[in-house]
Amino acid sequence: MRVTVIDYKAGNLTSVLKALRHLGSEPEVTDGDLTLVGNAERIVLPGVGHFQATERLDATGLTPAIRAAIARGVPFLGICVGMQWLFAGSSEAPDQSGLAHFNEQCTRFPQSSEKVPHVGWNSLEVRAGSRLLAGVEPGEFVYFTHSYKAPVTANTAAITHYIEPFASAVENANVMGVQFHPEKSGSTGLKILTNFLSWEGSGAA
Amino acid sequence: MITKRIIACLDVHGGRVVKGVQFVDIIDAGDPAALAARHAREGADEIVLLDITATHEGRQTLLDTVRRTARELFVPFAVGGGIRSADDAAQVFEAGADKVSVNSAALADPTLIDAIGRSFGAQAVVVAIDARRDPDAADPVRDAQVFVQGGRKPAGRRVVEWAREAEARGAGEILLTSMDSDGMRTGFDCELTAAVSEAVSIPVIASGGAGTVDHFVDVFGRGKADAALAASIFHFDISSARSLKQELAKAGVSVRLPC
Repeated sequence: MRVTVIDYKAGNLTSVLKALRHLGSEPEVTDGDLTLVGNAERIVLPGVGHFQATERLDATGLTPAIRAAIARGVPFLGICVGMQWLFAGSSEAPDQSGLAHFNEQCTRFPQSSEKVPHVGWNSLEVRAGSRLLAGVEPGEFVYFTHSYKAPVTANTAAITHYIEPFASAVENANVMGVQFHPEKSGSTGLKILTNFLSWEGSGAA
Repeated sequence: MITKRIIACLDVHGGRVVKGVQFVDIIDAGDPAALAARHAREGADEIVLLDITATHEGRQTLLDTVRRTARELFVPFAVGGGIRSADDAAQVFEAGADKVSVNSAALADPTLIDAIGRSFGAQAVVVAIDARRDPDAADPVRDAQVFVQGGRKPAGRRVVEWAREAEARGAGEILLTSMDSDGMRTGFDCELTAAVSEAVSIPVIASGGAGTVDHFVDVFGRGKADAALAASIFHFDISSARSLKQELAKAGVSVRLPC
């Protein structure tokens, strides 16, 4: 199965590619080939690092290409900053817009006695009906590393508690995102990626 | 709830895992890729591979080892030893590491931390600090001396001020090794760990001295560690990460179980 992985020069793609290959898919990487995105069967937008890095998606014309792919029902998975990009923006880079598929803003964890970034294995409260997180049982853990987070809304597929509840996964028809790193989350993460790879569309969001 | 991480550390020399006592008296403990896979299978939350005698000639061996180790590893994987530039780091990431750990080179040129963070994100930069208490200092713990070159040479820095600078430059985590405790199996240096953990807001990984389950309970409690490194406790079938975590859970420490 073909998976188009978007490279916007925000960190390292090796782990994501390795996990996708391990699961039997054939990832193809692009940093701006709009034809490839136009013909994509599935799209993964990874990303570690700063929200500002997503400006490259605008500069290369990938943003409208991805928007069009989503509109024709292509399954899309954003990971970490790639999930946050689905929102209108992030206080990490206030002048940089996201895709605004979801209208809310991502924000930094508030000051507390807890450490920021949130680094390590934390659990998921999966909302009923999530297809991306099907088969993930209560008490399963996934690996996080981030300082900014998305708010809990009607499109939240899983909630995680750290300082306050935040959206650790989002899902709206073919548009999915995870704040954690499924490629680094052991068998639970591989199960989630498998769900994404076997997602069969029922049309666009 | 966020869990305390148990990190399996593989000290690698010439492509083999080794274990020394206080950085000397090295003995062979096996193949890195096989050991990393085993630790992940047995519940380790993360794997760290440290090339303890990193030499220029050894770089290719290390990259091959990283590539081989990363291939089937789906938990976070950090690599350290001999990373002197952002280009060195890029090669290690390319080979499959998720994080790099920098030590001597960051002390020689602290802007290395900024440079790697800019390219790969703060979460990818672990600053490793080897420290030994300084009995002559006003505060022997907070002013513990930082050492470079595998513990052979004082760096002229104090542990808390260096950890703070590392954080300010964009380090994502601190890997703190107590040279007084390393390999002794007499327990972590909880005072040292707490002093650093309270001084920074990034996670601190405690290292050096693991011998019993109580040592881990102690460093997560009194030591305020976010994660703890164990090497000798695992290599010779003394304990697996899973059995360690089961014991920690009984003692009230939040850990990733089942795993």
